[in-house]
Amino acid sequence: MRNLLKNPHLTGWLLASPLALVLLAFLVLPIAMIVVVSFWGATEFSIYPAFLFDNYEFLFGSPVTYSVFFNTFKYAAITWAFTLVIGFTVAYFLAFHVRTLTWQVALFLLCTIPFWTSNIIRMISWIPFLGRNGLANSTLISWGVIDEPLEWLLFSDFSVILAFVHLYTLFMVVPIFNTMMRIDRSLIEAAYDNGASGFQTLTNVIIPLTKPGIMIGSIFVVTLVMGDFITVRFMSGSQSANVGRLISNDIALLQYPSAAATAVVLLATVLLIIAVLLRFVDIRKEL
Amino acid sequence: MKDFTTPKLSRRSVLKGAAATVTAAGASTLGAPMIWAQNIKDVTLRQFGTGVSNLNEVAQKVKEDLGFTLEMTALDSDAVTQRAATQPDSFDIADIEYWICKKVWPTGNLQAMDVSKIKNYDKIVGIFRDGKLTPESTIAQGTAPHSVGFTTGPDGTEFVAEESGWMTLIPTIYNADTLGIRPDLIGREISTWAELLNPEFKGKASILDISSIGIMDAAMVCEAMGEIAYGDKGNMTKEEIDKTMAIFIEAKKAGQFRAFWKTFDESVNLMASGEVVIQSMWSPAITAVRSQGIPCVYQPLKEGYRSWGGGIGLSKSLSGLELDAAYEYINWYLDGWVGGFLMRQGYYSAVPETSKNFMTEDEWGFWFEGKPAQSDISNPFGKVMEKAGAVRDGGSFYDRMGAVACWNAVMDENQYMVRKWNEFVAA
Repeated sequence: MRNLLKNPHLTGWLLASPLALVLLAFLVLPIAMIVVVSFWGATEFSIYPAFLFDNYEFLFGSPVTYSVFFNTFKYAAITWAFTLVIGFTVAYFLAFHVRTLTWQVALFLLCTIPFWTSNIIRMISWIPFLGRNGLANSTLISWGVIDEPLEWLLFSDFSVILAFVHLYTLFMVVPIFNTMMRIDRSLIEAAYDNGASGFQTLTNVIIPLTKPGIMIGSIFVVTLVMGDFITVRFMSGSQSANVGRLISNDIALLQYPSAAATAVVLLATVLLIIAVLLRFVDIRKEL
Repeated sequence: MKDFTTPKLSRRSVLKGAAATVTAAGASTLGAPMIWAQNIKDVTLRQFGTGVSNLNEVAQKVKEDLGFTLEMTALDSDAVTQRAATQPDSFDIADIEYWICKKVWPTGNLQAMDVSKIKNYDKIVGIFRDGKLTPESTIAQGTAPHSVGFTTGPDGTEFVAEESGWMTLIPTIYNADTLGIRPDLIGREISTWAELLNPEFKGKASILDISSIGIMDAAMVCEAMGEIAYGDKGNMTKEEIDKTMAIFIEAKKAGQFRAFWKTFDESVNLMASGEVVIQSMWSPAITAVRSQGIPCVYQPLKEGYRSWGGGIGLSKSLSGLELDAAYEYINWYLDGWVGGFLMRQGYYSAVPETSKNFMTEDEWGFWFEGKPAQSDISNPFGKVMEKAGAVRDGGSFYDRMGAVACWNAVMDENQYMVRKWNEFVAA
C-alpha cells in the first residue's frame, strides 16, 4: 500500500482526479447533453429523442440567423475595442503613474466598488439617465448644445454598447494591471537609457510584455458579450437581437432542441475565436 | 430514459381512502352531511395558472369560507401550457386562458364538468355559452371562449359548438384590451388602431413582444389601415402573416418604434417616462401609470377590442371527495366574492350579477355600468384608483365587451408565425 502511494504516476492521477471529476460532472456532461438535445425533435408541448438535422437545417437556412450572428459579432468587436483602450489606459495609469503601492491598491479597489452592486441594476440605471426626458438630454438642452432631445441615446446600438463597455471594462483592467505590475522596471529604465521616447517604450516594451493580460481580458470581454442576452434586450428596448436572445426566445416557446442547436453553434463560434486569439499569444508561456 | 414507477400508496390516496370510509360511515349512521364538512378540511387542492387571477387573497378566503386548502402556483403562460399538457398529476385545478385550452384539451388531461352541478350556470354571461353577449351580438374572430368551452360528454376530447351540458373550463376572468395613449403628449383625438403606425408618432410607439398577442395587435392595425383584409385574424394564413410582418418590419426600419416591451412593468415605465405616447397595453398597466399622477387613457377604438378570457379546468385525476371539493370551489368562485374582487381591479367576472352583491353601488356603477364615480374608487388592496367624477375608459360592460373584434387565439400556423415574429424583432 505504502509503495503504491509512492508511485508518482498514481499520486498524480489521484491529485488530478477531484478536479477532473468536478469538470466532468459540471462542464463536460452538461455540454454533451446540450449537443445531444440539439438533434432531438420537438412538438409544441414536448421534446422527443431522435437524431434529426432539422434544427440545424432551419438555423443555417434562415436569414435571421446570419443577421443575428453578425449583430452579435458587431457588439463584441466594438465593445472589445472600447474596453481595451479604456482598460489599458486605466491599468497603465495605475501601474506606472501611481507611485506608492497603497495608492495603487486603493485606486484599484475604487474601480471595483460599482461591482458590488448587481450588474442588472447598473445597466438599468442608464435607462432613466439616457431617456428622452432623462438627465443627459435635459442637461444638454439647458447648456444649449442641442434644441431637441437626442433620440439615439437610448434604445439603440449606442446604448447597448455603452452598457457593455460600462459593465465589462473592469474585466480588461484587472488582467492588464496584473501583468503590468510584473514588468521589471529596469527594462523601462533601460529603454529610456537607450534613447527610446515614451511612445517607443510603450510600443516596444510595455505592450509586448502586457500581451498575456490583454489576451485574458479580451477573452473575458468577448465571451461575456457573445453570451449576453439581457443587456441587449433592455438597452435596445427589445428592438435588436443577438444570439442569446434567439436562444431565450426558443426556450420561452419550449423549443429546447432548437435552442440547444443555436447554443452549440454559438459555443463553436466562441471557441473558434478564442483559439484564434490564443494563436497570437501563448498565455501559459508568458504568465 | 427510464420510467420509474412510484409506489401507489401516497399520503393523498390514504387520505382519500380514509375520507371515503368516514363519509360512508357518517352517512349510514347519521345521514347528515356534517361529517363530510369535517372531512373537507383535510382536502388540499393544487391550483396553478397565470398570475392574473392566482391571488393569495382567494386562497385565504377559500380556507375561511369552504374550509379546505388551496395551494396556488403562478407561472407564465408558456409554462402553464406545458404543465397542463404534460404533467396532469402535478395539479388538481388549472387556471388557464381559453386559447391555452384549445391546445391542451385534446391531450385529455382535463375532465369535463357537469353543468348541472354548477349552481349559477344559467347566470354565466352569454359570451361563454352561446358566444353572444346579447342576442343581437355578432361573434368575434379568434378563439372565442364558447367555441372551446363545451365538449361532447364526460370523456369528450372534441369541442362542440352548442351548450352540451359538459364544460371544458368554467369562465372566471376576462377583459377587453386596446391601445394605451398619453393624451397630454398627443393632444388630439385617437380613434383607430391605425394610429399606432402613424408617422406622426415616429419613435414614440411601442408594441408588445409576445408573439401570440403582438401579432393580433399588429393585425388590428393593418386591418384598420386598410392594407390587409383578414379571413380570421385569430387564424391567419401564411400569406396574411407575411403581409402583416412586412408592414411592421418596414415601420420598424423607418424608426416608428421606440422600444418593444415584454413585461408589465416595462410597459408602465415606457409610458410613464414619456418615451412612448401610444402602445399596446394591458388594463392594470394603465392604472399603474395613472396612479403616478400621469394622464393615460385606455383608448376605445372604432375597430373594437382584442379580448381575452380565462377559466378553471379540472385535472383528469381528480375524483371522490376532492372532486366534490373542486365543484364546491367552482360554485363558490361564481358566487360573487371573487367576482367582486376581480371587478374592483378592472377585470370582469363570469357572473356579474352575483359580484354586484360584493361591490358598493358606486363601484358597480363605475366598473360595470360606466357611470361617473360618486366618490374615490379604491381597488381591493385599498389603493385609490380613480378620483370622484372619473368615468371608466370605454364605458360600460356592454359597450366594452360588446365591441370585441378578436379573441386571443392560437393559430394553425403558430410555428410559422413565431419565426416571422423573430424576423421582425431581429430586423
